[in-house]
Amino acid sequence: MLPPKYVSIRMTWRLAFTVFVGIFSLGLYCAEASARVYIDINAPFLRKIPTAVPVFKDLSPDGSLKSLCRDMSDLLADTIDFTGYFKVLERGSFLEDPGLSGLTRKEINFQNWSVIGAELLIKGGIRKKREFIEVEIRLFDTFARRLLIGKRYVGRIKDQRRIIHRFCNDVILRLTGQRGIFNTRIAFVSTTTGNKEIYICDFDGYNPERFTFNNTITLSPAWSSDGRWLAFTSYRKGKPDLYIKHLKEKRGSKVTFKGINITPAWLPGKFALAATLSLDGNPEIYLLTGAGKKIRRITNNWSIDVSPSWSPDGKRLAFVSNRSGSPQIYIQDIEDGEARRLTYMGSYNTSPCWSPLGDRIAFTGMDNGHLNIYTIKVNGDDLQQLTFNSGNNESPTWSPDGSLIAFSSTREGTSRIYVMNYNGTDQRRLLVMPGEQTEPSWSPWLSEE
Amino acid sequence: MYTKLWLFFILTFVASGLLFTTSCAKKVIKTEPAVTEAKAKAEAEKERLAAERERQAELERERALEEQRLKEEELKKQEEELRQKERFTNEDIHFDFDKYNLTEKSIEILKFKADWLLNHPGVNIIIEGHCDERGTNEYNLALGERRAESAKTFLVDSGVDPDRITTISYGEERPLDPGHNEEAWAKNRRAHFVIVE
Repeated sequence: MLPPKYVSIRMTWRLAFTVFVGIFSLGLYCAEASARVYIDINAPFLRKIPTAVPVFKDLSPDGSLKSLCRDMSDLLADTIDFTGYFKVLERGSFLEDPGLSGLTRKEINFQNWSVIGAELLIKGGIRKKREFIEVEIRLFDTFARRLLIGKRYVGRIKDQRRIIHRFCNDVILRLTGQRGIFNTRIAFVSTTTGNKEIYICDFDGYNPERFTFNNTITLSPAWSSDGRWLAFTSYRKGKPDLYIKHLKEKRGSKVTFKGINITPAWLPGKFALAATLSLDGNPEIYLLTGAGKKIRRITNNWSIDVSPSWSPDGKRLAFVSNRSGSPQIYIQDIEDGEARRLTYMGSYNTSPCWSPLGDRIAFTGMDNGHLNIYTIKVNGDDLQQLTFNSGNNESPTWSPDGSLIAFSSTREGTSRIYVMNYNGTDQRRLLVMPGEQTEPSWSPWLSEE
Repeated sequence: MYTKLWLFFILTFVASGLLFTTSCAKKVIKTEPAVTEAKAKAEAEKERLAAERERQAELERERALEEQRLKEEELKKQEEELRQKERFTNEDIHFDFDKYNLTEKSIEILKFKADWLLNHPGVNIIIEGHCDERGTNEYNLALGERRAESAKTFLVDSGVDPDRITTISYGEERPLDPGHNEEAWAKNRRAHFVIVE
């Protein structure tokens, strides 16, 4: 399913600079990493790190890479800005000309950067090697005057996004101790063709591609935890059934029991999923194999039970039930089958999404007739409202590092996909395309192939 | 000799004349009543035929009228049948927000539908359950199914064979009114009935 541009960066070396190979051994790199955690992703409020990303230096002899230098440094600035961890500084405030200054620690006048408030500095340069480009990028701590990361990548010009994303993944790993999300993707539903179909775009909304061609209602995309399968609901046979499709190969299966077959959620680490089936005349959550065979029933209640979301360890399941008379979120222990109610605010709480960090559950709640995104601790404490007075906000989905939440909102009239930090700050639109976009689903970490 | 011959001639002439005269007179007397009788008979026959024709025409007219009446009746019946069928398919039942219980009005509508289905044993139907746009698509899929099932249960309890009824939930995916206000939402929270042709 993926386009060729995702398939490979040819000849990319993820090495420290050749000149520094002897010095920047892995051990030293790790020792340094443990020296300081720049960003504590568990902090309730983040202080954004002021970061300078000057335009990359054109290292070609003929100066023919000027526009590529600008594009790649702009992309790098946008990409780290997307994380919400950085305050990318305006280039107008920079004191030095990036075209003249060097890239190495010895060549950099760190005072020029610390005086304008930049705590981090990312410098890069590009040179041509036959049909390839060689990109050097370095991350410095301007106050400590230290090189934190130095990387060299070789690839083709069309690989520029992947090179920048790889570097940014390294930056995040270095600064937070966690993997970056820059090769993750977001599946969502769009009415671009007139029918609801599933599309998939990059984490930053770039490059949306149509994934289903059902020409009918298609809903609820759900990624398997290895990122290789997508389950969804579609009316291909005239009623809501479940479809399980491999993302790259032409294979899959379907679940078409009598009644509704909806709301898939993959069991973490397993080729199995929970879904709501009503074959017994009442919507209940079942555990299914990845091939769509029933394993067992999880809920047993006369009411509506839908929208399962697994805890990261797969031992508990959050879901929506109206067993109390209105839709509320419950958590059921898989082992003992005990379900306890999580939400008590208002009379309409739906679409739970368990944070990949395990501590909180995001959900959609109705307040005064409007839908907003909330998060709540798994024990029911610390309810936080993340969206306010901005149309209807629905279907929260966590990035795999738990740092961001994508959701749909009608704040601009038409429903579109937005992204915010886990604490509700920095709400911004992910992408603009024809039709209405709903039901985002953030992929797990995807292996680069 | 000549005199004898003349006499013979005269006699013959007279005799034949006499004979002729008598026969003529006789004929006149005899023919007069026969002619009138025939005439009358013909007349009567004509009248009879005319009357018969009249009667036939009358019958024809009556038959045509009756046929017309029957046709009209049939047409009326068909129209009424069509009207009932249209009523069956056009009349949705409606629900309150986040509810799938039947209102009194819905029960009235469903009673008519049950009667209609019992009078049309060959007809199968689909009940579509729909929701308004508020709330989440996923929960609404389940809610829509509950609404369709509520209607089905009523019909089955009224004696309709459950095998004749299929339910489909469309959740909030197929609104009748695309508006974003209570008027539109109220219209969209419905169960819709479709006859399977």
